[in-house]
Amino acid sequence: MEYVIEMLNIRKEFGTFVANDNITLQLKKGEIHALLGENGAGKSTLMNVLFGLYQPEGGEIRVRGEKVNITDPNVANDLGIGMVHQHFMLVENFSVTENIILGSEPTKYGITNKKDAAKKVQALSEQYGLNVDPNAIIEDISVGMQQRVEILKTLYRGADILIFDEPTASLTPQEIVELIQIMKRLIAEGKSIILITHKLKEIMDVSDRVTVIRKGQGIGTVITSETNPDELAALMVGRQVEFKTNKGKASPKENILDVKGLTVEDYRGVEKVKNLSLNVRQGEIVGIAGIDGNGQTELIEAITGLRKVKSGTVSIHGKDITNLKPRRVTEAGVGHIPQDRHKHGLVLDFPIGHNISLQTYYKGPISKSGIIDYDKIEKKALEIIEAYDVRTQGPHTPARALSGGNQQKAIIGREVDRNPELLIAALPTRGLDVGAIEFIHSRLIEQRDNGKAVLLISFELDEVMNVSDRIAVIHDGEIVDVVLPEETTEQQLGLLMAGHHIRENNKADGLTKRGGDQHVE
Amino acid sequence: MSNRAINLLVPIVSVILGLVVGAIIMLISGFDPLAGYLALWNGIFGDLYTIGETIRQITPYILAGLAVAFAFRSGLFNIGVEGQLIVGWFAAAYVGMAVELPKVIHLPLAILAAAVAGGLWGFIPGLLKAKFHVHEVIVTIMMNYIALHTTNALIKTVSDGGDSTEPVFASASLRSEFFENLTDFSRLHYGIFVALAMVLVMWFILDKTTLGFELKAVGFNQNASQYAGMNVNKNIILAMVISGAFAGLGGAMEALGTFEYVSSKGGFTGIGFDGIAVALLGMNTPLGVIFGATLFGSLKYGALNMPNAAGIPIEIVEIVIAVIIFFVASGYVIRWLLQRAAIKKEAK
Repeated sequence: MEYVIEMLNIRKEFGTFVANDNITLQLKKGEIHALLGENGAGKSTLMNVLFGLYQPEGGEIRVRGEKVNITDPNVANDLGIGMVHQHFMLVENFSVTENIILGSEPTKYGITNKKDAAKKVQALSEQYGLNVDPNAIIEDISVGMQQRVEILKTLYRGADILIFDEPTASLTPQEIVELIQIMKRLIAEGKSIILITHKLKEIMDVSDRVTVIRKGQGIGTVITSETNPDELAALMVGRQVEFKTNKGKASPKENILDVKGLTVEDYRGVEKVKNLSLNVRQGEIVGIAGIDGNGQTELIEAITGLRKVKSGTVSIHGKDITNLKPRRVTEAGVGHIPQDRHKHGLVLDFPIGHNISLQTYYKGPISKSGIIDYDKIEKKALEIIEAYDVRTQGPHTPARALSGGNQQKAIIGREVDRNPELLIAALPTRGLDVGAIEFIHSRLIEQRDNGKAVLLISFELDEVMNVSDRIAVIHDGEIVDVVLPEETTEQQLGLLMAGHHIRENNKADGLTKRGGDQHVE
Repeated sequence: MSNRAINLLVPIVSVILGLVVGAIIMLISGFDPLAGYLALWNGIFGDLYTIGETIRQITPYILAGLAVAFAFRSGLFNIGVEGQLIVGWFAAAYVGMAVELPKVIHLPLAILAAAVAGGLWGFIPGLLKAKFHVHEVIVTIMMNYIALHTTNALIKTVSDGGDSTEPVFASASLRSEFFENLTDFSRLHYGIFVALAMVLVMWFILDKTTLGFELKAVGFNQNASQYAGMNVNKNIILAMVISGAFAGLGGAMEALGTFEYVSSKGGFTGIGFDGIAVALLGMNTPLGVIFGATLFGSLKYGALNMPNAAGIPIEIVEIVIAVIIFFVASGYVIRWLLQRAAIKKEAK
């Protein structure tokens, strides 16, 4: 079998830190080759070596059998290597075509020739079934579509080896399905793909072979059809990973969160939450399952005071908190792990220590009569960093400099440390690796076992099924059903999320009803 | 190269570069750069009188710089320092001349009037920004014109059609006999202490208080601040009011110290606009503002000596001074870029 790319015994050092140690990756023509590793294992470093952004200290790279020296990204481009970055490199207010030709604009008599370029983009889009409008403006199109523009960019530049860096991190489940189809189409058209990811499910779905790296070391390459997620996870983390989260039976007590007949509008005045009722009790985790954009964001924002409620009530432990300001809601005993940690969860330019006190800086013991005691902030930060295993140089490091998993651990530490009656966790494991996910799930369950109420919002079926004690399925702003995870299959849940009802064959159904109180007795 | 070496080298190299380019400009214009720079030096440090006058010139620059820096640290761009300074100037002069009171009441009252007037002038753009998302840059620029012409009209009214008000009463004056004797009768006044006290105030608010924590948080990320229960609108308005109050105090320095009256103006004083450069030169820190104001005030005042002592036309002088400041600012820009690049790298 012919290899299009061979990276042999690659070694990359940063000072005394060895990011890649003796890693070998061989990409066959026409295969999807997954590169698997935890956050910080060295996947991106390895790909940056291939893309010419870093020069390796050891090892050699061969492209189509010939030894090459990739000194910069232009060399990689000339060799037909294209990278689809995780964070899109697009100019928001430029059109699709303008973004694609950026940096190598075709000219006619010295004037940019956009018309021909647009035709070429259109042709490529049709060839690979990408369905992209060459004249659309980037900020008007969905994230999934923007990613296709990135793919087109590499194809336009003649790439036949594509590197996808964590391509599904910001996609909805539908977009992921579409992306997988696109990747298969690319292979059918003769391209080869390296897929960087830490999501095992995707690897099992699309890849032909998997190369695993752990802490900078090449662990080996396995054929996907001869392995399974458990084995892959163990290879990646270096120990057995529990997928089925270990937890005892819930023993729910009094009602904590009570949402009754809640209606919420988005900024355009469109009703996103429609007459929704929901409750969460002490000592249970209620999962809200649903496809992105079905009112989850508006529901959480309404509960936490970030968005005005149009009608209906929200109460915590019998106390009405409808339309209270966020701080009053927080003080009523609500902790909130927000779905977008960069937008809401952290002040990225603040030190991580300041961020850890973001909910408590204004009151004792940190502040007294308007004077803030930064020593106390630092003390609290050190405590949380220790207890929640936040890997940072110290409390003074800017939050921006921490990895996603460590940022999330700091937020969870901050919210859980206040010991809230209700903990709202919105997409708490988004973009995190298996180890961090395991840690975060166990913390949520710990809260539950301490008799607190937990509301989990997730787009990941596995997460909802594994962590929740009850699952409320949301569709188009309504709770279509409340089911028990042990009595429901992923297929049934999927159907509910798509808005179908499965009343006839669901045992939990007799205990629930739409619209009113949804107790599972 | 170590960080410390860069820190030391950047300003020195930038000043030298600025002086060299300034010298070339003087040369090609047919003037002697050595004589020019000697005149500049003497204009700043020549004798006790010029030193006194230089410090007097630095005083309002400190306050204008603080005003811009304070807004900046709260995530706002206050281009309206000029207007806030002008209304502060008028308010202090008016309170200083309209009533006569014991000094312990009158002087603080006149200073306070300037802070309140400047604060009010900052409140309006703050309110519009918070409530209606009107960009503060547009509003503050327009407020400058309103300030200029409104105060001119008011001056006419209170002086019965004249061009300037009566001088302020001695009970409202910042004039210092002690400084006069010390500096050969320069106009150096006690206002420098007010300015330095405000440097401490800004440091205290930003680095020691709960309010400062909120202002900085809102400046960096309004969404996260709202999530954390801060009142974003209140903080935006408050930041503009405090910034405006600093600017108003800058006006009080002119009203109660340097001139002891206010006269109608054909155009802007320029101090407020220079305050933007002062703040940026000082990297928006309280201590940095003192440095920026010192550089600005010294060059601006010292330059006045260049036409007289070296026969260089004022136009060329202004170009030379601008070039020097330009290079100092660029040095900071270069360093700032280096630091940002370092942070970005760290983030990866």
